[in-house]
Amino acid sequence: MQSVSRQGQEPRSGPWWTRRWVQWGGGILLLIFLLLFPYLFPRPFLRRMAILVLLWSLLGLAWNIIGGYGGQVSLGHAVFFGLGAYTSSILLERWQVSPWLGMLAGAAVAAIAALLIGWPTFRLQGHYFAIATIAAGEIFAILFRNWEWAGGAVGIYLPLIRGDQLVNFQFHETKVPYYYIVLVMALLAVAVTYALERSRAGYYLRALRADQDAARSLGVPITRYKLIAMVISAVLTAIGGTFYAQFVLYISPNTVFALMLSVQMCLVAVLGGLGTIAGPIIGAMVLIPMAEYTRVFLGGRGGGLHLVVYGLLIVIISVFQPAGLVGLLRRRTRPTPPPAMPTPAEEGIA
Amino acid sequence: MDLTILAQTVASGLLIGLVFSLLAVGLTLIFGVMDIVNFAHGEFLMLAMYVTYWLWVLWGMDPLFSLPISALVMFILGALTYLLVIRYVLDAPMLAQIFSTFGLMIFLRFLAQVLWTEDYRRIRGSLLEGRIEIAGVFLGRPEVAAALGGIITTAILYWFLKGTRLGWALEATAEDRTVAALMGINTEWMFTLAWGIGSACAGIAGTLLATFYPIFPEAGAVFVLVTYVAVALGGFGNITGAFVGGILIGLLQVVGGFLWEPRFKDVLVYGVYLLVVLVRPQGLLGRR
Amino acid sequence: MSLLETHGLTKRFGGLVANQAIDFRLEKGELVGLIGPNGAGKTTFFNCITGFYRPDEGRVFFRGRDVTGWSPERICRAGIARTFQVVKTFRDMTVLENVMVGAFLRHPRPAAARAHAEAVLETTGLTHLADVQAGGLPIAYRKRLELARALATEPEVLFLDEAMAGLNPGEIQEAVAMVRRLWEQGLTIVLVEHVMEVVMPLAQRVVVLDYGQVIADDTPERVAKDPRVIEAYLGERFAREAREG
Ligand SMILES: Nc1ncnc2c1ncn2[C@@H]1O[C@H](COP(=O)(O)OP(=O)(O)OP(=O)(O)O)[C@@H](O)[C@H]1O
Ligand SMILES: [Mg+2]
Repeated sequence: MQSVSRQGQEPRSGPWWTRRWVQWGGGILLLIFLLLFPYLFPRPFLRRMAILVLLWSLLGLAWNIIGGYGGQVSLGHAVFFGLGAYTSSILLERWQVSPWLGMLAGAAVAAIAALLIGWPTFRLQGHYFAIATIAAGEIFAILFRNWEWAGGAVGIYLPLIRGDQLVNFQFHETKVPYYYIVLVMALLAVAVTYALERSRAGYYLRALRADQDAARSLGVPITRYKLIAMVISAVLTAIGGTFYAQFVLYISPNTVFALMLSVQMCLVAVLGGLGTIAGPIIGAMVLIPMAEYTRVFLGGRGGGLHLVVYGLLIVIISVFQPAGLVGLLRRRTRPTPPPAMPTPAEEGIA
Repeated sequence: MDLTILAQTVASGLLIGLVFSLLAVGLTLIFGVMDIVNFAHGEFLMLAMYVTYWLWVLWGMDPLFSLPISALVMFILGALTYLLVIRYVLDAPMLAQIFSTFGLMIFLRFLAQVLWTEDYRRIRGSLLEGRIEIAGVFLGRPEVAAALGGIITTAILYWFLKGTRLGWALEATAEDRTVAALMGINTEWMFTLAWGIGSACAGIAGTLLATFYPIFPEAGAVFVLVTYVAVALGGFGNITGAFVGGILIGLLQVVGGFLWEPRFKDVLVYGVYLLVVLVRPQGLLGRR
Repeated sequence: MSLLETHGLTKRFGGLVANQAIDFRLEKGELVGLIGPNGAGKTTFFNCITGFYRPDEGRVFFRGRDVTGWSPERICRAGIARTFQVVKTFRDMTVLENVMVGAFLRHPRPAAARAHAEAVLETTGLTHLADVQAGGLPIAYRKRLELARALATEPEVLFLDEAMAGLNPGEIQEAVAMVRRLWEQGLTIVLVEHVMEVVMPLAQRVVVLDYGQVIADDTPERVAKDPRVIEAYLGERFAREAREG
């Protein structure tokens, strides 16, 4: 994947996988594989899994923009997912508005919510920011749980539209179209991240993540750039929300505004590696099958044994690989600092 | 408006607030010492409720007497959490720390679900059952006992931190762990102790709650989210702040539910919190 | 009006007056040394000017405009750049990327920013380290990188906070030469150094702070002979000797 190398230039030396042509070649092969996937693996279980992996790649990539590049650990991203899902679903249910238009409306609503949440909370740092985003997320969850007009705690069953046409964003005969739709969405997230990484905003975000004061001293308006990143992230997340609603055809506050959802978006990105394009994708490819298989093997008995295992795995991963899976590759490609100058004592004359 | 109803409302807010205070104090103690938020704090609370429940059902032990047992069990569980998990993420990025305790939360919550199902359970007929009346205001005895327990435990903890050598060593570790180590304090032991004591607070709160609140695997989640807010409201790591924050949250919940609608009560809690940190990003009593 | 002026600049931390009614003038093209014992208030003064602290009293004028209370990013855009006493490297970015962050201020397009950053690396002698992860650099290089980053914003005035503390004598020589070169190219520079020996040969004018007040403002030669300055520094030396036994 591209992002293993440092942004924007050909590394002068390094392991073979950091060469640009290797990365592009690998990317193209992967893309061909992804395009053929539904036909290579026609089993519904795998198809569903692939759809979920792509959806979570999208969500992880979206979270990564503000959480990874910008370093602002949001635990309230379910708000944007839920707003995306609810906006398109309400529009469809009440006024028969096409989910595609609903998706755009949902993205707009989520963008506004991102500004409303970001404006007060971006002055906070570390745990204060994380807790504040949890609080914001809970406010939305409670409001939607009690908003009878929007289905209350029960939620919304989406009206079924037969005919399996792309304009309807609903497919009952085969799930393959869902696969391609979410693939395009995930690729959109990759493209957005790729462009961001190379733009001024991408540099500014990484700078303010490392040190806000230093960034400001270099003329970076940090709040503005955090808000930009938050809005982009929210829009992509909301798109994922609409997709989810159309795919599952049922939404409720407890599924689309859940704190667990926010946490898993973050987890996908963290697991793969923060602030990289490959990270969230790898994270989704590892985490989602892991969750699905444990569910299949252990979930049958009811109860939630698979979640016990899932929780345990999360603990183990954070203890043993806190830098994420991409960190494993990173460690070996990072250029070593020069030995040239002798390192003087940090104090010295001072 | 009827004054008695108002008094009734404020009193019950105060009582439940004191339970939040106890939970928040435990959480903030751990944070103060090592800058880690224990997202599994609510699950410790929930486990303590089950400990109390099973001691009651199997051996007929009244919650009043199982209190020290569940405190001890949670102390051990907290200490083990530190020794088996947290120790390894002390210097890891904040996200790794968050996920280590978050994973633990999921693990414990669903373990409880697998072991004891999602059924609501209740303890009926304990010594604390009944109501008392003070000047026309009726209060549940379990609630009063829980509030008293919250005050007493916090007071003891306060005395321990300010008045004993061990507490002083703990505070020194919270201040600066390197300096503390240089002064000959065994910081490893201090961290274990902080986790033990912090979790024991959740244990005591759990037993006290079990006398009047249903016991089920997600019970911890109900309480702990607002407890985080209480901790952040008071200022992370600040014991007094957490105590005050807990009471404020309890009052906000009940008063908000009274003025608006009970089901929206937490909206007021979260909303007020966001407003407060807008003005004071470090919380009410926190240092920058 | 001078390029930069402060009028009665005062900053308090609780009861402590870190800067007390400082009147300071900086002419275009000057190289001024700002010295003073530990805790004299030098860094605080920098922070007040560059927008990191809001002064309690007094005003700051830059090119005749009142910039008091402006945000750091706005001050930087106006043409005042600074470095930090405790280096604040963007650790997981490369040296080139660090400098590009500064360059983006006046060159929004990445290619232009990169070109400008490369030019700055050239003048600061960091080109050979362009692709190195900045977090792993020795302190001397990180100080130089911080200078390069500030330069990349194309400032009119540069505030250097102890850019030479922690360097060995050879590295100090290099740093002094670089500062002198930048000044000769037309940059206005304010140099905070704790140590007089570094500032004296470099600065045209030296301002001495003690307990938040300006106690001397004159040529290096005359400042060095000023009894109040000597007393301030002697006091510190005695204190240090007493402390170290
Ligand atoms: N944010 C702050 N809060 C409280 N006190 C502060 C703060 N910043 C500085 N001070 C105090 O103000 C005084 C001046 O500090 P300052 O850092 O400006 O001194 P300095 O001249 O830069 O010293 P040094 O040579 O050690 O860098 C000191 O007594 C310091 O303790
Ligand atoms: Mg200083």
